[in-house]
Formats: sequence, C-alpha cells, structure tokens
Amino acid sequence: MTEAEAKRMLEIPAELWEECPGCHQLLYGRELERSLRVCSKCGHHFRLSVWQRVNFTVDEGSFEEWDADMPLYDPLSFPEYQEKLEAARTKTGVNEAVLTGAARIGGIATGLGIMDLAFIGGSMGFVVGEKVARLFERCALLHLPVVIFCASGGARMQESLVSLMQMPKTAAAARKLREARCLYVSVLTDPTYGGVTASFAFLGDIILAEPCASMGFAGPRVVEVTKMRMPPEVQTAEFQYQHGMIDMIVPRQQLHETLEVILRWATEHTSEASPHQEGQP
Amino acid sequence: MSYPADHLEQVWQHVALSRHEQRPYTLDYVQAIFEHFVELHGDRRYGDDGAMVAGLGFLEGQPVAIVGHQKGRSLAERQRRNFGMARPEGYRKALRVMRLAANLGRPIISFIDTPGADCVADAESRGISEAIAVNQQEMFGLPVPIVVVVIGEGGSGGAIGIGVGDRVFMMENSYYSVIAPESCAAILWRDPNLKKEAAVALKLSPEDALALGVIDGIIPEPPGGAHTAPAEAARHVKQTLLTALAELSAVPPDVLVQARYEKFRWMSSPAGMREEWAAVLDNLAKRR
Ligand SMILES: [Zn+2]
Repeated sequence: MTEAEAKRMLEIPAELWEECPGCHQLLYGRELERSLRVCSKCGHHFRLSVWQRVNFTVDEGSFEEWDADMPLYDPLSFPEYQEKLEAARTKTGVNEAVLTGAARIGGIATGLGIMDLAFIGGSMGFVVGEKVARLFERCALLHLPVVIFCASGGARMQESLVSLMQMPKTAAAARKLREARCLYVSVLTDPTYGGVTASFAFLGDIILAEPCASMGFAGPRVVEVTKMRMPPEVQTAEFQYQHGMIDMIVPRQQLHETLEVILRWATEHTSEASPHQEGQP
Repeated sequence: MSYPADHLEQVWQHVALSRHEQRPYTLDYVQAIFEHFVELHGDRRYGDDGAMVAGLGFLEGQPVAIVGHQKGRSLAERQRRNFGMARPEGYRKALRVMRLAANLGRPIISFIDTPGADCVADAESRGISEAIAVNQQEMFGLPVPIVVVVIGEGGSGGAIGIGVGDRVFMMENSYYSVIAPESCAAILWRDPNLKKEAAVALKLSPEDALALGVIDGIIPEPPGGAHTAPAEAARHVKQTLLTALAELSAVPPDVLVQARYEKFRWMSSPAGMREEWAAVLDNLAKRR
C-alpha cells in the first residue's frame, strides 16, 4: 500500500453509521466496509473512492501508480476553472479524475484505471484523456491487459472542444492495445455518462457493470435542462444488459473473482499457440 | 465573467447562422460539389436513419465516399431527418460505407451538421454510445484520406462520431462544441439566458477551434452567410476538398494512418508533453 493509500484508509469513518441510499436503513460503518460497501439489507452498491476501489479490487500492496505528477491544465482559460481544479485536487488528494497504474489481480499483472467521481464529477478533460491514453499505450508496449473502472458525469464542459477530442484520442489508444493483442475490460460503475460512455467505456472487449449502476449517453443534467423525456429505467446497467450492450452484471463481491478468471483466460500461455504466433504457418 | 457586448454578439451570430433554416445542408453541398452521387441506405442491422446520409460520388472525376448528417426544411422533412440528430443505425450506416471506401481505396468526405446525436430511450436501446465510440475507433484504422467539414452545427459526441479526419475544416459560420451553449449556461450557471456568455466561454467559433489546434482551416462563406449564396459557399468547400485531397493522396496509407493517430493523440496538448512521453515509451521499450 502506498503512503497516500494508507492515509486515505485512515480517513474512512469506520465507526460511523451510514444511511443506505437504497433502503434508508442505518448501516454500521465497519460492517459496510467488510461487505465491500454493499448494503446487507437491500444490496445497494455504495459509490467508492478510488482508493476504496483499489483496496477492494487488487492483490494487497500490488498497486503502483502511473502519471501521478500530471500538471493541472486549463486549455480554454475558462471562467473559474483553474480555481475549481485546484479545489478538486485539494479535496480529493488525487491529481485528476482518473487514477492509473499497474496492479495484480489474482496474481495476474494488469494495467488499471479507476475514475474518481469526487473530482469534478469524474468528468473527462485533457488530463483524464491523457492518463487513459497513456495507460493503453504503456500496456500495449508492456503487453499487459487493461481494466478500467468507469465512473463519470461525462465531458468536462470547461474544456469544451479539448474535452470532446479526448473521445477520439482514448478510442484510438484503446485500438493500440487491441493491435498489441491485449485484452481490455471495461467495468461500468455508478454513474457512467456522456463522453466517457461514447468513447473508451463502451469499447471494452468485455464490458462488465455493477448492479443498478446508472449510465447513458445523455448525462442527467443534460436530460434535466433540455426537459427530455427519459424513463428512469432506461439509463441503467440492467437496461443496457437487456439490450445486449453489456456482457455481465457482476455484484461487487464477485468482481475480483470474475476479473481474475477473465484475465487468466486472456493472459495464460498455452502450449498450442502463444498469442504472438497466430497467422504464421 | 464579463465579455465585451460586441464580442458576445459576434460569436452568437456564428451560432445563429449555423442553425439558419435556409443554410445549405449536406445534400445541398453534395448536389453542388460531386458528380453522379449515389445514396446508399441502411446499416444492415436495424434500419435506415434519415438523419445521416452516405453514398458514393465523384469529385472532379475522382471516386470518393461521402457521409454526413442531414437536416430537413419542411416540418415533415425535419421529422424524417430527426432534426439532424443521428441514431445508432445512422452511425453504423456511415461506418459501413466508410469501410467500403477504405477497402476500395476511395477517400472519404464527412460533413458534420448536428445539434447532437439522438439520445432518447430508443437510441439508448440500440447502443448510441457504442455506435459513436466504435465509429471513432474504426476511423483511425481506415487507410484512405478522410476530410471532415463542419458545415453547420458541430454538436458534441454526435459530431465526433463521424469527425475523425486527416484534415478537419469549419465553415466560417459554423460552431463546434462539447455542449450546446444554452445547456452549458443552464448547467453551469443555472441560467439559460447566459447562452451568449457560454458560447464565448466554450470557444466554439472556428477561430477558437483553429487556435486550439482542433481544426486545420476555416472555409470562407459569402457575406451574410452560406444561405445567401449557396453556390459560392459550395465552391469554397469544393476548393478546400480538392486541395486537401491532393495533399493527402500523396501520402502512403500507413503513414497516413499513423499521422492521424498522432494528430488526435497530441491535439491541444501542452508544449513539450509529446516529447516527454516519447522518451518515457522509448525507455520502457529498451528495458524490455
Ligand atoms: Zn440498503
């Protein structure tokens, strides 16, 4: 565990009672942690901080962060944006709305991306796009699979066109990983919207989702301000699954094991064919 | 956040003209610019989307493929064209035709004119996000020149779904933005009346997009806007296409595809970042 990670663990108010947003029952903090922050009464999956996600997902102590030193970037000099970025950095202790690095899951080395909702709603601006693109490029070079936990309100409005251009950029980088014959698993968590869904989130070779995660192309605020009719059941993991857009809905307690099996399937060397030799006589 | 009133008006003029109901749409440019246009229909999976047109044609005798959003003018036509808001099957139709072009070595021309992709429940049920994501990813692999022109509204994900190109141009009175200025004002400042301020802050004008490195050039329009002299506007577009294709046709396909990757990979990036990252990757490769 890194120092920052340990520090964040200490901040978890384990002694407190927390109200479940699903069933409104009070849950004991420690017990909630033990159940990976899934309500024991109704199964509601609480949203996670990036470090909680690291702890619940990877082999203990195996996470190594990449590109932790990216500078803040305000390409449009958008009103009040610089202040907002600095406040988000202070509040979350991470450098932008995605954490990337290498880790082991069930002993298998993998690239890992985890989006951070606490950082301006997990929205994608230049730095998020850059870190995701680097994750794909680095893993293509190192021949590692990639797992990304998506969580995002959508595009970073304050970066407008620059934010929009992170969609093709990340989509292209994910293509590099595919060309290197590596697996990309996208895990859609509550909530995943907008520019992230219409780029790397829905480009996973395998797409998983947590139960009841909300997701969709138009973000909730856009739906609200344009007064668009959107039945609440549409923008959910279950709806996307029903319509063939997602491979599996996986409860959090089974996620580690599911990822481990998938990663093993993708990376284990067999005697018949190494992944590099396909197509040769 | 205070901008000079004349600047607010000038930028808003762009937005208003980009949405002008007499403005030439994709098929108007197609008629004016290409010979023997043959429109192709359907995505072979679900249906045919009127908000997206795709087909074959000749540009001064050179075979090319054309894709583009399509708006309508009469009420019935607007509805049939879904106000230029393309659906998943529209993006998949465009990709089908672009792949055909790539296979036969024909350049691709893409016209962008959409307030945004369709995002209602019906579009969600057929994977609007997936369709737009896949289009972008696949466009990076097509080994033929791709030239993109924003002719009216460049609305967010709906635009970039056919917006990956070796050269990207905007017409003088078009806009390109991650969100409509009205929505931006409502979400960010909770006041849709600040739409003009949002339009300026979003830097959605062609001049701003050029300065950000998102586009390669601005296509001039007749005074008063493209609708006042559509033939003249089309001549400017045609000239731009011919020049761009002449440059791109000389580039070997593998170089073209690599350059397209680098173009979008380092678009609007801070100075020096590209070189730094190249050094990191070099080091990694050596250690392996
Ligand atoms: Zn509950």
